Amino acid sequence: MQISHRLALTGVAALGAAGTATTPAAAQTLNLSVAIPRLSVAEYHRPYVAIWIEKEGAAPRTLSVWYDVDKAKGEGTKWLRDVRQWWRASGRALSFPANGVSGATRAPGDQKIAFTAGKGPLGALGPGNYTLIVEAAREVGGREVLRLPFAWPPKPGATVKVQGSSELGAIALTFGK
Amino acid sequence: MKSKFLIAGALAALMFSGAAQAHRQWMLPSSTTLSGTESWVTVDAAISNDVFYFEHFPMGTDNIVVTEPDGAVGKIENAAKGRYRSTFDVHLTKPGTYRIASVSTGVMGSYMLNGKQERLPRGTTKDKLASVIPAGATDVQTAEASNRNEIFVTLGAPTANLFKPTGSGIELVPVTHPNDLVSGEAATFQFLLDGKPAAGLKVTVIPGGIRYRDALGQMDLVADKDGKVAVTWPQPGMYWLNASIGGGREGGPGGQGGAGGEGGAGGPGAKPGAGAPPAPRPQAGPPQRRAAYITTLEVLAP
Repeated sequence: MQISHRLALTGVAALGAAGTATTPAAAQTLNLSVAIPRLSVAEYHRPYVAIWIEKEGAAPRTLSVWYDVDKAKGEGTKWLRDVRQWWRASGRALSFPANGVSGATRAPGDQKIAFTAGKGPLGALGPGNYTLIVEAAREVGGREVLRLPFAWPPKPGATVKVQGSSELGAIALTFGK
Repeated sequence: MKSKFLIAGALAALMFSGAAQAHRQWMLPSSTTLSGTESWVTVDAAISNDVFYFEHFPMGTDNIVVTEPDGAVGKIENAAKGRYRSTFDVHLTKPGTYRIASVSTGVMGSYMLNGKQERLPRGTTKDKLASVIPAGATDVQTAEASNRNEIFVTLGAPTANLFKPTGSGIELVPVTHPNDLVSGEAATFQFLLDGKPAAGLKVTVIPGGIRYRDALGQMDLVADKDGKVAVTWPQPGMYWLNASIGGGREGGPGGQGGAGGEGGAGGPGAKPGAGAPPAPRPQAGPPQRRAAYITTLEVLAP
């Protein structure tokens, strides 16, 4: 699953590069670590997770969505609306599978994903204040949204951390080159 | 009388007396915000005191029209009528907003014949008007009653194509899309009466779940000069919205078509006694233009 996800990212990297002439020489990355808690419940399904960024006055951008991407006839998309804040902000305007964005659900544990400025779903970022949002919704379970504010360009060594309480664990956003 | 009339399924006529009665007509969709390439909604349709509990009578489904996001006419499937509620499904196959509506226009009125005032029969429609007025009738007075009960459901992103007003009765024009409602946020809707802003229209909004609380929680709103009403949703859930003009209360006691409707002599449960004289109808003024609007709105949690 992780492998297919990486492949998807690489696939659109080319698209992103072609579309953005302003990519800085040393591209900044957003490195995100999302802890999916191990839950002791009778019926467990991995959560649907959406990751997106918002900036005041700009259209939200979806960076990644983890859902039942492999189900026949796109049936996994039926429940995307349950990731409801993301669905309203951005998801409902996308078509699925979304290139470079769609990925399989992930198992409990620390899940890592990186986004490169000027490429792929992150695209070019103008200077300003952003919020990275992680929302998880689990079948027959609950839902949780966490918000990680950050400034762009980031200060060297900047880290944003937030702790979930039910459907998400610790989330950390770091920046690299 | 009443139950007989209900069984006849004369939905439009029922609505005439709706304004004067506690009974509320509603359609409740299983979902209003859907994702995927195609999806289904199932809808309960009933007439009851409390929203959204089926405890009185099923709503007829014969008159329901589905309009697809591109304006094409869709269909209801698997329609069934139970003792307390009807149910049907709508298959959503196109991205965008669907309308599921029951719309009717009836004519009420009276005429004088041989020195006696006679009323038009219930359920008279505009096209049948000429056939129900006998030769020799004088002082014909009529008024239209337009009733619209509609709900909206959206597959994918909401669209606004099908909100072009028809110019008949009370209609809702979104300022806020009815499938884009979140608790704590204000939503604004514009209401039109016969195509023009319904300034001063009284709009009632009631949260569902009445059975499990003491207070009705009703919001009474009045449309501004542009026919606009702003609602801030106190909590997520389904809401019943109703607006009407020219209701029974304004036409004298019981109003037109309302006589005997709200538990007067005998009440709805009483058997129509054979040969019992009909209750004397109060003399009301000329019939008033009537229009009613009902929708069910789903408000999501933030």
